[in-house]
Amino acid sequence: MSPSLDTAQQLHLRSLLEVGLPLHSQPFAVLGERIGATQQQVLEQVQDWQAQGLFRRFGLILKHRALGFRANAMLVLDIPDALVERVGEQLGQTAGINLCYQRPRRLPHWSYNLFCMVHGRERAQVEARIAAILAAHGLQDYPHRLLFSSKAYKQCGGRYAPQQPERACG
Amino acid sequence: MDDFDRRLINRLQHGLPLLANPWQVLAEELQSSAQQLRQRVQELLDDGTLTRFGPMFDIEHFGGAFTLAALSVPEARFDAVAEQLAALPEVAHNYRREHAWNMWFVLACATPQGIDACVARIEALTGLPVLNLPKEETYHVGLHFPL
Repeated sequence: MSPSLDTAQQLHLRSLLEVGLPLHSQPFAVLGERIGATQQQVLEQVQDWQAQGLFRRFGLILKHRALGFRANAMLVLDIPDALVERVGEQLGQTAGINLCYQRPRRLPHWSYNLFCMVHGRERAQVEARIAAILAAHGLQDYPHRLLFSSKAYKQCGGRYAPQQPERACG
Repeated sequence: MDDFDRRLINRLQHGLPLLANPWQVLAEELQSSAQQLRQRVQELLDDGTLTRFGPMFDIEHFGGAFTLAALSVPEARFDAVAEQLAALPEVAHNYRREHAWNMWFVLACATPQGIDACVARIEALTGLPVLNLPKEETYHVGLHFPL
């Protein structure tokens, strides 16, 4: 069953959700009141978006550095094109790897095509974990680098509704 | 941050139930009250532990686009260039990293053309070439911080 909100209501709901979910006992009823719909209509729409995979996650955005996750490493690897999909899938399923993407090389400036994010509290712990992951998958001999972040200049959850081009930060 | 906070945050990182009374469901799971959970989330937002509570849309489903990009910024100009980027609404994150490409940031735009325009704007603003690395394949997205 497709949700019964019209396009304007859907856009309005998206822009409200991107600001955050109301901290109310019945948040979807509150959102319904704001857009002129019932709680049930809002729930159906949100469940439909969830089923379509439109949410990357439905929960909370942590200020992970403030919570002690200060050792934040981007592991980049140069994996032959013929192998990169298989290696990406292996690493993507490995515990401790939060994100794993394939990206283009930009020769001669940049030769790495596989990117993984690993977060931890201590740098040495993250280095040891990554060394163990590379060894477990036999990847230690491929060119790779660990790019630790030393400072966050801007960290904010994106808010992308088209009618709200200005995104507040932090 | 006590044990209750850790359990609450760990649970919420897996998402909020999409039900009429989501807090009631969580309260039963966490052996707390719906009122107490909401109040605690509000406090964690107020004190900055959480920056946001609510869904993150995958903007690519709506025709939007992301890219990861980098600059190689001369040390003397680093903070000034970081400020230039911070002023751009398309810049969602910006981290200093230990590499010759020392400034890494995410751009989020409503359209793929917007990314190209933003890259050109950053190059014009800074006079530095941008390394633009849009993702070609996603193998895993599961940002999760066990507390």
